[in-house]
Amino acid sequence: MTSTAPRTAVTPQVVGGAPLLEVDDLSVEFRTDYGVVKAVNGISYTLAAGETLAILGESGCGKSVSAQAIMGILDTPPGYVTGGQIRFRGDDLLTMTSKQQRDVRGEEISIIFQDALSSLNPVFTVGAQIGEMFRRHRGTSRKDAKVAAIELMEKVRIPSARERVNDFPHQFSGGMRQRVMIAMAIALDPAVLIADEPTTALDVTVQAQIMDLLAELQQETGMGLILITHDLGVVGEIADRIAVMYAGRIVETGATDAIFTAPAMPYTEGLMASIARVDQKGQRLNPIVGAPPDLARLPDGCPFQPRCPRATDLCLAERPTLREVVPGRQSACHYAEEVLGA
Amino acid sequence: MSERTVSSQGPGVGQGDGAMPPSAVGRDAELPDSTDDLRQASLWSDAWRQLRRSKLFVVAAAVLLLLAVMAAFPGLFSSISPTESGNCQLANSKIGPSGDAFFGYDIQGCDHYANVIYGARVSMIIGLVVVGGATLIGVVLGALSGFFGGWFDVLMARVTDIFFGLPLLLGAIIILNVFSSRGLTQVCIALIVLGWPTTLRLFRASVISVKDTDYVAAARALGASNGRIIMKHILPNALAPVLVYSTIAVGGIIAAEATLSFLGIGLQQPAVSWGLQIGGGQRLIRTAPHIILFPSVFLSVTVLSFILLGDALRDALDPKLR
Repeated sequence: MTSTAPRTAVTPQVVGGAPLLEVDDLSVEFRTDYGVVKAVNGISYTLAAGETLAILGESGCGKSVSAQAIMGILDTPPGYVTGGQIRFRGDDLLTMTSKQQRDVRGEEISIIFQDALSSLNPVFTVGAQIGEMFRRHRGTSRKDAKVAAIELMEKVRIPSARERVNDFPHQFSGGMRQRVMIAMAIALDPAVLIADEPTTALDVTVQAQIMDLLAELQQETGMGLILITHDLGVVGEIADRIAVMYAGRIVETGATDAIFTAPAMPYTEGLMASIARVDQKGQRLNPIVGAPPDLARLPDGCPFQPRCPRATDLCLAERPTLREVVPGRQSACHYAEEVLGA
Repeated sequence: MSERTVSSQGPGVGQGDGAMPPSAVGRDAELPDSTDDLRQASLWSDAWRQLRRSKLFVVAAAVLLLLAVMAAFPGLFSSISPTESGNCQLANSKIGPSGDAFFGYDIQGCDHYANVIYGARVSMIIGLVVVGGATLIGVVLGALSGFFGGWFDVLMARVTDIFFGLPLLLGAIIILNVFSSRGLTQVCIALIVLGWPTTLRLFRASVISVKDTDYVAAARALGASNGRIIMKHILPNALAPVLVYSTIAVGGIIAAEATLSFLGIGLQQPAVSWGLQIGGGQRLIRTAPHIILFPSVFLSVTVLSFILLGDALRDALDPKLR
C-alpha cells in the first residue's frame, strides 16, 4: 500500500460535532498459502453522531473485513492490520491494550451480523444472552439483567417479550432473531453501531422492518450507524452518505442523493445501472461484465480498468487516487468529471 | 453445527413464527401451565426428554443405580463382609451355590455372594475416578489446545501421538511396574495417564468447530474476554461428544481394571475386585465354575450398562439419529 492515500477522507455533512469514529488509511491483508491477499488498501472515512454511512460494494471488496478490523475480530492469522488508525473519540483502537479494547467493544462500538441465527449461542435463552451484555460490562445481577433484557426486547419490538425472554434462539423466526441480535448490540447504548449486511439473510418485507427499526433506534439514541451492504435499495432509504468500495479501496464517496442521481465513478455507474427497475420490465438487466480482480495479484493501474467501459491506456498504467471532484464528492477515477457530467 | 438444529425436530418446539405445531400455539395465548413445559427446549433439556423415553437408557440407568447403591452400601445386600476373617471356613472351599450361599463358596471357603457384592465398589470407583480424571485433564488441555492453537497445540498433538502409539494394557503394565505396591490409587493413576489423550483429541476437535462459529465472533465483538468465551460459549456447545465418549469409556476402564487384576498386575489380594475373583477362578473353571461365573456376569452387565448408557446419550444428543 502506498502512503499517498488521501487524508481528506469522507467529510461528514450531517451536523454532529467532532467525528466519533475515524478510520484513517486502514490496510488489512491476509497472509495465505496462495499469497498475500490485500483485502483492504488504505481506506479512510469518518462517522459523526447520528449519521448513517453506507459502505457499498460487491462480495469480496473488503467491506466486511474493514468492519472486522474495527471490532477486533479479524482471524489472526491469517488476517493482519498492516497500517492505519481506527480512532474512536480520538483514541486509536489499534494501539489500545486488549482490556481497553474489550471495554470499548459492546459498550461504545457494537456490531450486528448478517446471519442472526448463527450469531446467537444455541444453548442459552435469548434473555440470558442479552442480559450477558449487562453482566459483562456493568456487573449487573442476574435478576436485573433479565429485567433489562425484557425492556430491550420491547425496545426492538419483539412481541410478548416477557414470555419470550426464556425462549431459545431456534424458537424465533429470522426477523425476530435479528431483533434479538440488535437488542444485544444496542444494550449498552453504543455510540457507533456497525450493521454488517443486517438484512441479507431475511426476506424482503422483514428487511424493511429491520431497516425501519434501525432507523428509529438511531433517531432515539443519536448513534452513528455504519451500514455495510450490497443492497442499493436499502442504502437509498436510510443512508446519509455512501462510500463505495472496490477491490479493497474506497472509489467514490458523497451524499446519498448526489451519488444516486449522478455517479462520479464508472463502477458506481455500473451498480446503479444494474438495479432492476419496474420501467424496464421484460428487458435484460445490465450487469457489470467481468469479475473483480484477484486481491492477491492487484494490477498496477486502476483495479476496475478490466471491466470499465471507459478504460484508456492511462487507466492501465496509472492508478487513480481518491480526489475531490466537486465539493463533498470524491472519486477515484481519471475521468471522474466526464462520468459525472455524462 | 448440529447442536443448533437439535430441537427443531424435537417434540413440542420449533415454534418459528411460520408454521407452529398445534402444541406450541398455546404459548402465545398465555397458558401459564404450558409455557414451562414448552420453553424447555435447549440441547440439554431436549436430550433429557429424549433419554427418558429411551428404554435402553431406563434399563441401563436402573442397573447402574443398583450397582452404585451396591458399591456405596454393600452391607444392604450382604450381611457378611468378605474382608473379615472368621467368615471363611476352609471346609466350605469350592462348594457350589445353595440356599445358604446363593453364589456358593470360593477356594478359601468365603461366601462368594459377599465377594461379588463387595467387588462392585472397586469397579465403580475405578471407572468413575479414572474417567472423571481423564475427562477433566482432556477437557482443560483440549480447550486450551483447540482455542489458542499455536505451539501448545503442536506440543499436545505430539504428546498424544506418543500415547496413541502405546496400547492401553501394555502401557498400564509398564506404569504399574514402576510402583512398589499396587492398590486402587496406583491403578487409577495408570489408567488416567493413559486415558486423557483420547479425550483431549476429541474435545480439541469440537472446540475448533465451535470456535469458528458466528456467535463466538459476535461475543468477541461485543466485548467478551477469552475466559468468558470459553466458559460461556465454547464449553456448553462442545461438551456433548466428550460426554458420550466418557460414558462409554467407563465400561472400558472397568474392564481394563479387571484385566489388569486378572493378569496379576492390577489390584492385589486381599483387595476385593471382580478382576481378582475372575483371575482366581480361572484355574478352577472345571472343578468350580461358579467362582468365575458370577463375577464375570456382574462385570459384563456393568460394562454393558455403561456402553448402553453412552449409546442412549449419543442418540439423544445427535439430532440426525432421531
